[in-house]
Amino acid sequence: MHNDTITFKCFISIIDEGLTLDVDISTKIANLKIRNPLILASGILGTTGAILKRIAMAGAGAVTTKSVSKNPRAGFPNPTVVKLEYGLINAIGLSNPGMHEFKNEIRVAKEGGVPVIVSVFGEEVKEFSEVAYQAEEAGADAIELNLSCPHGPNIQYGQDPKLTYEVVNAVKSTVKIPVFAKLTPEVTDIVKIGLSAEKAGADAITAINTLKAMIIDIKIAKPILSNIYGGLSGKAIKPVAIRCVYQLYEALSIPIIGVGGVTSYEDAIEFIMAGASAVQIGSAIAFKGIEIFKEIEQGIMNFMKNEGYKSVKDMIGLAHKR
Amino acid sequence: MKTMPSRIIAVRDEGKDRKTITVHNKEIAEKAHPGQFIMVWIPGVDEIPMGISHIGREEISFTVHRVGEATNALYNKRVNEYIGVRGPYGRGFKEVDGNIIVIGGGTGTAPLMPLIRRLCERGGNSVTVINGAKSIDEMVFKEELNELAKLGKIKYIPATEDGSLGYKGLATTLLEKLLREGEMPNEIYVCGPEVMIKRVVEIALERGIHVQALVERYMKCAIGICGSCTMDPLGIRVCVEGPVIPIEILAKITELGVYKRDSSGRKIKI
Repeated sequence: MHNDTITFKCFISIIDEGLTLDVDISTKIANLKIRNPLILASGILGTTGAILKRIAMAGAGAVTTKSVSKNPRAGFPNPTVVKLEYGLINAIGLSNPGMHEFKNEIRVAKEGGVPVIVSVFGEEVKEFSEVAYQAEEAGADAIELNLSCPHGPNIQYGQDPKLTYEVVNAVKSTVKIPVFAKLTPEVTDIVKIGLSAEKAGADAITAINTLKAMIIDIKIAKPILSNIYGGLSGKAIKPVAIRCVYQLYEALSIPIIGVGGVTSYEDAIEFIMAGASAVQIGSAIAFKGIEIFKEIEQGIMNFMKNEGYKSVKDMIGLAHKR
Repeated sequence: MKTMPSRIIAVRDEGKDRKTITVHNKEIAEKAHPGQFIMVWIPGVDEIPMGISHIGREEISFTVHRVGEATNALYNKRVNEYIGVRGPYGRGFKEVDGNIIVIGGGTGTAPLMPLIRRLCERGGNSVTVINGAKSIDEMVFKEELNELAKLGKIKYIPATEDGSLGYKGLATTLLEKLLREGEMPNEIYVCGPEVMIKRVVEIALERGIHVQALVERYMKCAIGICGSCTMDPLGIRVCVEGPVIPIEILAKITELGVYKRDSSGRKIKI
């Protein structure tokens, strides 16, 4: 009996190993090969090179920095983040040390050994290009254009197809590394904006940014956030994000990075099946810690083994097949 | 968790420009451990981290030193007014028995108080408390510490830079003197100005004594996602992996006593 159990366990582990080797969880965004489809979302933790490096070592396939502008920004006074059962509302206000000082953080982040995507924003088109150029100089592997922060100075870029085109086009003609356009769902037709970014040469779309929201404390009878309005992220916005990714996948031919409420491996796979080539993880870290990258990676691998998928590619956009 | 509007039930002077504010909040009182902190929201002004200086059955206290807009606003709050509090957050002190030295510098003594009380309750420990300050009127909790000393529960040594109370000189110089004279602590707990923490770490490393230090950084979210309070080069988040950090990690933190970051993430020299 005892021996049989051992033999059986060995047999299972051989099968497990065999299948693990068969499952390919790497993915590709433009020319970036990523070891797994899990990317740290912009605005979460990406304030220093050291923490980005730590997230890379915790299992992320790539990391995205906090959005950086040309000059330093202090952001809004506290309270800037409110944690709810179903997500977060934040109005950090795009605080950042300015690209000049941030270049050092990019260099440190690179030591993590995974692609470093630098999120950039500007108050005018020229600033986007200047900041992106400096990020590339510091070693960024890709640029993500924050066209759509609901508590920053520039949401209008992501709400206007023409402005989106201008920014993407300007940055594309300035840097050689891939450029991703991060879009807001707060538009009449996200596909129109996505097509505009694609036409301007964007290498991928990141969808979606947070949704403008607010919260009032009824005993103190005041909005909690100092900025009154903030951006809602996390579980609450996932169905909206899935819808956007699905719509964009139907119309666009460039890859899509899905973001908005990824908290479990099921969420990640749902995004992939809607059409995402990779997903970003952000707010869920407030609920599950930085161990979430390993947990979701393992969950995806088990799912693929059980369902017979050999690579992430096999699942991208699968929900579109009729 | 959302901020919880909490009623101020007591305000006590704690020397010059310092007050201890007590709020009714059973939820936090039941969960809090010595060394943990709360986020205090002063509506219309700011939200700031505060170390907990008293953990009661249904109430908690923190001690504020007015240095800026937010601390000034808190300092001027009165009994029955409401403020928002959320927490408790972070990793508190690991309680160790034996021969203990606790060192507080300035208002840094305040978040050490729940630990000191706990160490006394546990009994059988030899606890020496060094309470350092520039001068007597900036020293917090000296009455309570005196009381504990009278009861024979602690050995209490105040230290002031101007000699207005107790030992004349820095708390760290006093610590070195005690160690030279044969004190053999197995654990040192420290909170105060960062240069002082750094010095204590150096002294302890030379002698192989274990240290737990409560450190402070600019904070926004307090839930480990904004990255404002991370320390180089490990990317330690003070709000989650701290605020109490053991010497094994402190020894590797190169920014300790050298720089911290402001709300934009820029480095500022300490």
